[in-house]
Amino acid sequence: MQLSTLWFLLLGFLLVGYAILDGFDLGAGILHLFVARNDEERRTVLNSIGPVWDGNEVWLITAGGALFAAFPTVYGTVLSGFYLAIMLLLASLILRAISIEYRSKETFGWWRGAWDVGFAVGSTLAALLFGVALGNLLRGLPIDADGVYRGGLIGLLNPFALEVGFFTLGIAALQGASWLVLKSEGALQARARKAQVVALVVVVLAWVAATIVARAGAPRVFDNFGNLLAWAGPLLTANVLIYLAFAIRSHQDRRAFFFSSLSVVGFAATAGTALYPNLLPAVEKARSLTVDNAHSSDLTLTVMLAVALIGMPIVLAYTAFIYWKFKGKVKLGDESY
Amino acid sequence: MDVVGLSRIQFALTISFHFIFPAVTIGLAGLIAVVETFRWWTKKDVYDRLSVFMTKLFAVTFVIGVVSGVVMEFQFGTNWSRFSGYVGDIFGAPLAAEGIFAFFLESAFVGIVLFGRDRVTSTVRWIAGLLVALGTTLSAFFILVANSWMQTPAGYKIVTDANGVQRAQMTSFFEAAFNPSTLPRFMHTMAACWVVGAFFLMGIAAWYTLRGRGSDVSRFALRLSMVVAFLMAGGMFATGDLQTREVQANQPVKFAAMEGICKTENGAPLTIIAIPPDQACSSNASGLGVPYGLSAMSDLDPNGEIKGLDQVSSDLWPPIATTFMSFHLMVALGTAMMFIMFVGIFLLWRGTLEKRRWWLKLAVVAIPMPIAAVELGWATAEVGRQPWIVQGLMLTSHGTSPGVGSADVLVSIFAILGVYTLLFGLWIYGLTKEIRRGPELAPAEASPAAAATTEGAN
Ligand code: HDD
Ligand code: HEM
Ligand code: HEM
Repeated sequence: MQLSTLWFLLLGFLLVGYAILDGFDLGAGILHLFVARNDEERRTVLNSIGPVWDGNEVWLITAGGALFAAFPTVYGTVLSGFYLAIMLLLASLILRAISIEYRSKETFGWWRGAWDVGFAVGSTLAALLFGVALGNLLRGLPIDADGVYRGGLIGLLNPFALEVGFFTLGIAALQGASWLVLKSEGALQARARKAQVVALVVVVLAWVAATIVARAGAPRVFDNFGNLLAWAGPLLTANVLIYLAFAIRSHQDRRAFFFSSLSVVGFAATAGTALYPNLLPAVEKARSLTVDNAHSSDLTLTVMLAVALIGMPIVLAYTAFIYWKFKGKVKLGDESY
Repeated sequence: MDVVGLSRIQFALTISFHFIFPAVTIGLAGLIAVVETFRWWTKKDVYDRLSVFMTKLFAVTFVIGVVSGVVMEFQFGTNWSRFSGYVGDIFGAPLAAEGIFAFFLESAFVGIVLFGRDRVTSTVRWIAGLLVALGTTLSAFFILVANSWMQTPAGYKIVTDANGVQRAQMTSFFEAAFNPSTLPRFMHTMAACWVVGAFFLMGIAAWYTLRGRGSDVSRFALRLSMVVAFLMAGGMFATGDLQTREVQANQPVKFAAMEGICKTENGAPLTIIAIPPDQACSSNASGLGVPYGLSAMSDLDPNGEIKGLDQVSSDLWPPIATTFMSFHLMVALGTAMMFIMFVGIFLLWRGTLEKRRWWLKLAVVAIPMPIAAVELGWATAEVGRQPWIVQGLMLTSHGTSPGVGSADVLVSIFAILGVYTLLFGLWIYGLTKEIRRGPELAPAEASPAAAATTEGAN
């Protein structure tokens, strides 16, 4: 395999890691106001992600660094092209983090209430924006002869991209609900179970809707699906969703979280299949940035590969250790938020 | 103002803000690691309570560092896309390595340190403390590799791609990573962060003593931070001297601006207090100084030659006054801090420290001094590099994003100003709250009044 294709896959790996892990953090935030009704429940939600959310966000940061290193022009073009959307995304990530950290510093009602809203809004907006960005990439960007996207923020708000945005919102909510079911008990858990069902329905409907909208709004996403192998992604994902439905029904909470996470992998594989070999498809095909024309030098890709091969197994090992140390239902103590 | 100017303002704003927090957390993480080692080794309760207290200050600061850091990570792409394309082959690798080797480590074990004290054994907790400190150090290292490469590029060649666009390509990983300024910059910055952390803890401990809230915890904290502050403040001069020599060798134009030397001169004086030359740079800075000092220090020869700004044409000069002033103010602050520490250590040795209220007050007031010095140091390094974004290779004005307009950047600057003001306020509020509450006291020392203030947690 070519180094550059390998890096396409490794980037996918980092982004899937991010989507699974920060997915449940964002999902917890999206559902926060709906499933957690009193102060103790809200604190339970916050503390279920308290020790891990920052580590989960590092998957995004590392993916950003890896994109910069492996495909620098893509990094520059996408981020500057989506300028105001990225600023909005950063603002929502800031709002989320600060709300988690500061909510429990005071006890009075409006203080906590305001940060609860901040947590929910930040998480929801971030999940939505990720989807809108993904949708626009899948659809292909109008890039001019200088390789620059000049459509601004408005140009990003097309039906297909918004549809993908709702879809990622649903995925995050599904991850979040499955996580909360695992980490909570009692009334909170019961509401999280309901949210799980709702989110699953939203995901399925949004998936179907996105496919329909794509026929008119983003026809190129089907380009690669002439190949039968390409159908592995969507078909397996559909399967996983069915298993997930059964797991939810029979209250097999760990299996549900596992299948929900697996569905993220499946969706990502589907999106990756639709994209490859492009990283940034242009409406005018010749201007697309692809695995072949946008990669860094072989030396850099090799050095980076060494870094990833040495570093990531260690990261996975201690991340597993941390999750294992914090396993089980949330217990509020004096260290908690 | 044009996009270049606005993007520069935005970058200066966001990085100067971000750096406040890593400087504090790198220093605090180091000190926490020391205290944790004491705790683990002696099993004494006082170290436990100090470490828990410091961890709370760390947490409040860390989160602001994280959120402002995420902005930095993406800002090269949003505002400097041509720069990103030009340097990505080299610059991206340390950023990715920082994520893999440093941020994952830091954020994972911060979880244990903050929330998992009771879930792990004493040894694991100690190791987690050490790993957080290691993580912060590694993150400083990798980002400084990236920055140093912009200052003194090495291990690359320039290639032209199919579209006629030039870019830098790595030819030697080792030379690029350990370019001439990496190690001096890393040592000087790490020492600076330790000074920041030590002054921070020292000021807080002094405040408790002043307010009559002194305890075994604050006593130890005061002594530990004083020793570290003293040693590291000395380290600033040693490593700063290395830095200066490195700049003189590799960025002589920046050096001339720092020292206010317009015309190449033999036997140049070391100016200490002076009015910087104006941008026309018709004559060297003049004021109070040591005759022949600069030549003597830099060339180890009182008549040695110091290259002036006249070595290059004036459109390649950095803003002279800013570079000069920020450099001199940094050194002045360093000298002042050194002086404070000399006196403090003397009083400590005489055993009269706790009675010298004026010194304790000075220690409280001095908390922001090293932070200011750090910011000024960066201003020296970064403004002095202008007009280059990559020294000698790419001009700052060629690095911006073509698709981003002034209006976009202006909007984001105002948004950032608003959000960062709020963040700064929250930081101060969070710190004040934790400091007011204070470390837990030993059962014997805890008076009813002190117990009341420790309540209201969560
Ligand atoms: C506590 C903070 C602090 C203190 C007291 C000092 N510095 Fe510093 N200095 C820094 C914190 C700092 C810094 C923030 O860490 C910088 C910015 C970039 C860098 O590499 O380190 C820096 C930069 C910096 C540079 C510019 C490097 C470049 O442009 O590449 C020089 C020449 C010095 N320092 C020299 C000194 C000297 C001679 C000092 C004598 C007291 C001194 N510094 C005190
Ligand atoms: C170590 C990582 C850093 C990197 C990679 C970096 C990189 C950059 C870049 C790309 C610019 C914008 C282009 C330019 O104006 O030259 C810049 C400017 C600037 N940076 Fe840094 N920087 C770093 C650290 C810092 C820190 C920690 C500070 C201050 C606390 C700082 C202060 C500034 C200032 C003041 C400017 C504006 C200079 C001017 O435009 O005149 N930098 N830096
Ligand atoms: C422009 C350059 C910079 C970028 C792109 C950058 C990026 C980041 C990012 C993404 C984070 C958040 C990590 C997390 O989520 O855990 C962060 C935090 C941090 N950064 Fe920066 N950073 C820059 C400059 C610096 C500099 C110059 C230093 C130190 C010398 C530094 C040291 C740290 C440390 C220690 C943290 C941990 C959080 C904290 O301690 O506040 N960074 N940075």
